[in-house]
Amino acid sequence: MAECDPALRIAAKPSNAHDSARLHVSGAAGYVDDGAEPIDMLHLAFGQSEEAHARIAHMDLSAVRAAQGVVAVFTAADIPGANDVSPVAKDDRLLADGEVMCVGQALFLVVATSQRAARQAARLARISYEPRAACLTIAEARASSSFIEPTQRMARGDARAALSAAAHRVSGGFDIGGQDHFYLEGQIAIATPGEDGQVHILSSTQHPSEIQHLVAAMLNLSSADVTVEVRRMGGAFGGKETQAALFAAAAALAAHLTGRPTKFRCDRDDDMIITGKRHDFRIDYDVGFDDQGHILGLQLRLASRCGATVDLSPAINDRAMFHVDNCYWLPDIEIVSERLKTHTVSNTAFRGFGGPQGMLAIERIMDEVAAFLGRDPLDVRISNLYGPGRNVTPYDMVVADNIAPEIIARLRREGRYDERAASIEAFNAGSAILKKAIALTPVKFGISFTTTHLNQAGALVHVYADGSIQINHGGTEMGQGLYIKVAQVVADVFAVPVSQVRITATRTDKVPNTSATAASSGADLNGMAAHNAAMTIRDRLTAFLAQTFACAESEVAFAADGVVAGKEKLSFADLARRAHMGRISLSATGYYATPGIAYDRSTHKGRPFYYFAYGAALAEVAVDILTGEHRVLAVDIVHDVGRSLNPAIDLGQIEGAFIQGQGWLTTEELMFDAKGRLLTHSPATYKIPTASDRPRHFRISLWQDENLEPTIHRSKAVGEPPFSLANCVFSAIGRAIAAISPEKRSLPPLNAPATPENILRAVRGYRD
Amino acid sequence: MSVRFLLDGEIVEITDVDPTSTILNYLRYRLRRTGTKEGCAEGDCGACTVLLGELDEGAETMRWRSVNACILFLPMLDGKALLTVESLAVDGKLNPLQACMAENGSSQCGFCTPGFVMSLYGRTIGASGHDLPVADVVAGNLCRCTGYGPILAAGDGIGKLSRDDQPTMVALREMAETACAGGVFEDRRWFAPRTPEALAGLLAAHPDARIIAGATDVGLWVTKGLKTIETMVFIGNVAGMKAIVEDEAGVTLGAGVPYADAHAAFSRLHPDLGELVRRIGGLQVRNAGTIGGNIANGSPIGDGPPALIALGAELTLCSTAGRRTMPLENFFLDYGRQDRQPGEYVESLWIPRPAPQDIIHISKLSRRFDSDISAVCGAFALTVENGLIVRARIAFGGMAATPCRASGCEAALVGKPFAAETIASGTIALAGDFSPITDVRGTATYRAEVAANLLWRLWYRAQGEDISVLALESSHG
Repeated sequence: MAECDPALRIAAKPSNAHDSARLHVSGAAGYVDDGAEPIDMLHLAFGQSEEAHARIAHMDLSAVRAAQGVVAVFTAADIPGANDVSPVAKDDRLLADGEVMCVGQALFLVVATSQRAARQAARLARISYEPRAACLTIAEARASSSFIEPTQRMARGDARAALSAAAHRVSGGFDIGGQDHFYLEGQIAIATPGEDGQVHILSSTQHPSEIQHLVAAMLNLSSADVTVEVRRMGGAFGGKETQAALFAAAAALAAHLTGRPTKFRCDRDDDMIITGKRHDFRIDYDVGFDDQGHILGLQLRLASRCGATVDLSPAINDRAMFHVDNCYWLPDIEIVSERLKTHTVSNTAFRGFGGPQGMLAIERIMDEVAAFLGRDPLDVRISNLYGPGRNVTPYDMVVADNIAPEIIARLRREGRYDERAASIEAFNAGSAILKKAIALTPVKFGISFTTTHLNQAGALVHVYADGSIQINHGGTEMGQGLYIKVAQVVADVFAVPVSQVRITATRTDKVPNTSATAASSGADLNGMAAHNAAMTIRDRLTAFLAQTFACAESEVAFAADGVVAGKEKLSFADLARRAHMGRISLSATGYYATPGIAYDRSTHKGRPFYYFAYGAALAEVAVDILTGEHRVLAVDIVHDVGRSLNPAIDLGQIEGAFIQGQGWLTTEELMFDAKGRLLTHSPATYKIPTASDRPRHFRISLWQDENLEPTIHRSKAVGEPPFSLANCVFSAIGRAIAAISPEKRSLPPLNAPATPENILRAVRGYRD
Repeated sequence: MSVRFLLDGEIVEITDVDPTSTILNYLRYRLRRTGTKEGCAEGDCGACTVLLGELDEGAETMRWRSVNACILFLPMLDGKALLTVESLAVDGKLNPLQACMAENGSSQCGFCTPGFVMSLYGRTIGASGHDLPVADVVAGNLCRCTGYGPILAAGDGIGKLSRDDQPTMVALREMAETACAGGVFEDRRWFAPRTPEALAGLLAAHPDARIIAGATDVGLWVTKGLKTIETMVFIGNVAGMKAIVEDEAGVTLGAGVPYADAHAAFSRLHPDLGELVRRIGGLQVRNAGTIGGNIANGSPIGDGPPALIALGAELTLCSTAGRRTMPLENFFLDYGRQDRQPGEYVESLWIPRPAPQDIIHISKLSRRFDSDISAVCGAFALTVENGLIVRARIAFGGMAATPCRASGCEAALVGKPFAAETIASGTIALAGDFSPITDVRGTATYRAEVAANLLWRLWYRAQGEDISVLALESSHG
């Protein structure tokens, strides 16, 4: 496999800046909305459902059609093919067909000469609804047995018997809120009709192939007639994995029916109302343990609000189950996972994909056990870690690469956990209103799509006769630095500076049948595919050189100062020119499929993951028990990236993921009213962290031991795993609240997010 | 109507200006300067940050200020200088700040980056708010990717950058002589009077006109409400409306003073007031939003009014019929209703300087510390003599349909010893003062509970306890 040759790594400096950094800072990086608009371009807006669940009795669109600037108004009846924008279950309508399932659902599509005209006109519709019973919350859906799929069960041993036999037993539960992606660039697509019925779509999407397939089916075209392109997204975080399709399909429909280029640039508030979010969960647990805090038996129920349609909820909730163990050996366990159907927007992928909720559940349980025993939570965590003879997950995968104990030990030492815990205890004794706490939580995140067939990727590499190189692959760039990582991999193969590699936009006409850039898999899959493509060309060049200079192939070497063949030495550009003259193909595709993974969803047993990425974080927080305000004062992190492809990029991913996770657990609160309308649909009411929320002390150390598995250069995925490092913030806040009654042997009733109001409620609940 | 402004030193004149079109849309879709981004179109994310330059009164100096182009109306550019992210690189060479950010991992997806560049560039050239810490300068810029560390590091790592503003000032002075006084576009009218008399006359003639100061609120009526505003009177050019006069007795502020400009004077009145101003919007919002606008729009959760009421501020309104001055609390009649007569405008605000021995305490509670709106804002001004509370002014935002005083609580405190028992009885009286509502920023229960707790916070602070998590350091030392 692609072992890294240390000599080659000199050619491509690992910590290259993001490939677009200079364009970003100068405003020259192009996003979908930044190209010049053709003069005949039309603009789009949806009419949106105001009801959570209703039959549409009548849509009077006459005022919409008559509004200034309106060119056309389309409804479901105008869709030539499949009225479907769903990833799997074929249950997401592009435009509502008789029934609405949530507020904000698209009813009709306004096509107008300006975005403003389209949006204004969309508000003029008169819709008659016949409302039906709506269930909006997890509790309501559970009461009416409303599920998107059957409840899943993952179990090992006899949890019930283990609970009965355990020396101690505690039950409890808490709520975990959802999260809006709040990518800075909202959903957007431009569709341009081509000749002979073809359509080209520029979309801010993580999944160009899916949009290609959906649009083809929607317009009764073949996939070959539809091209989807994305150079970069202004953030995505999972929110453009399936959710971009609605806007792209709408643009394609309007372009197809009007014959003119169309743009759907969604307003921020509409975007927040229309698109899915991270699933909110209700966690209930019953845990049995011994005097040392070893968990012996655990019954756990994970109930999530999936929303109106299936979307990716089955896989997301599966991943929640997969991550309940986190780094811990849970001998007798039963996980019951309820996937509740509600009449709210269909929840979707978001960085971590259910994993963070599963991990937060078990961390809460660790805190619960520690509180009950009056022990330090870190000691309880450590005593439950996987180890020799206790290294099999509840889904029967052997944890072969367990480095959590070493990571935790290093963080405990470097973050001075014990010393600080003591000083914080002293602080709290002298402070009536402000209470501090620290908490250290680990992360183990499974890497691979749990839907096994998605673990494949393709790439296309061209070497031009001047020695410059162009690469293309199925992965999309959303800011995570995928393009520069893959460019480095290719540059390494030819031992040329990365500046010699031109990275090009992701397009379905270059690399077909791609998977979404998701599951943290971008660099693992596309990096290896690009490596394989480049190696194909290098092998041809090696054979050509050996023949040309009459040397053995083993005497050919690609090095930073040139290519050596026997006693000859030439520049890479010279080689490219000679190879072209010698009629050697300088273009190749590459392909990669992750080996060794297999998973049986019917039993929830197998090896869904190629490997695990680990990390641990230590947070210090302060809570004001009069107001519920809190502050994260310090964070220390040790995080495993394998042998990093690009440490600078990886550090950025870790820090960004942590702060995003901190936001999820603290300031970001989604609120719906009793009619199912989202109340927090703008940055005025939905608060992601600002710069000052980043703790002043924020130290990240990379754990750079190589991946046990032969991934690209033995690196590890980094997109999602560090998101859950922020679980320590939630644990620390709970512990700080508990400091108001140090003698108590229970946890404050804290729900996530820990907003001032939720913290104050927990303070009150803990006192009572 | 037409608008003239200076872009990178060149005069740009645009005609057929729709007065409610935004600077952002003009930049992106007319000028094709697409570096400036739309993230929210409501002034909350900062992706559209640009720098506006204007001459100070007297025209001897000029000032740059960062603003959100997404909610500024195009005529507000008239007579000003504009810098966008495209203005910074010279001959393709990045400005040192840009280079530092590019090398430092300050961008990931890059969409928010131009806004951060402009906020930080403003700080390097001495723009309004340049003396604030970097985190405060970018509090109105949201980034969802980086976690902010590399952005803050770049901001901290760059010192002052030189900028020769002489040519800009010369051009601005020339433009000032032919400034646009207003214009018409379809059914919309924009007036930009330059004198108080002209302003009063216009409002007398157009009593239904919408007064525009910083447009941080009205801008959203257009971008989110999709409303059409027919007649607008912009007060940003009215002489004297931006005056700040400080003396021993107090501070007088013209209604057109942006919050950013009043920050220092407010801090000198009391540090709590300065801290409150720091947390009003982001810097871009404070650079545009005015004291007068924050009062005149009558929001029950506006941040300024509770504090100003507690401090005993007085408001002066003006019209062709003359002036009226009233205690600020009297201005707020009911939800959405203020005591502003047709043809009147808010002219100025006077805030008395608290006596050194007065106990002043102002707390804003919100989900997020920076750039958020209050769930509850409480302001307390107590005078204690010989252990007795002899005077109490207590006002809250977020507790009623208007910002208003807690008269029952005040009555429970006055004449009583400054003691824990008095505070306890004050909290009971406070519960009778308000029937707060439940909304997206907080439940009624939470509001009632924290309002009482803020009175306790005042007490604990008076006893020397630390009272804010913001002041704490970590145990890392």
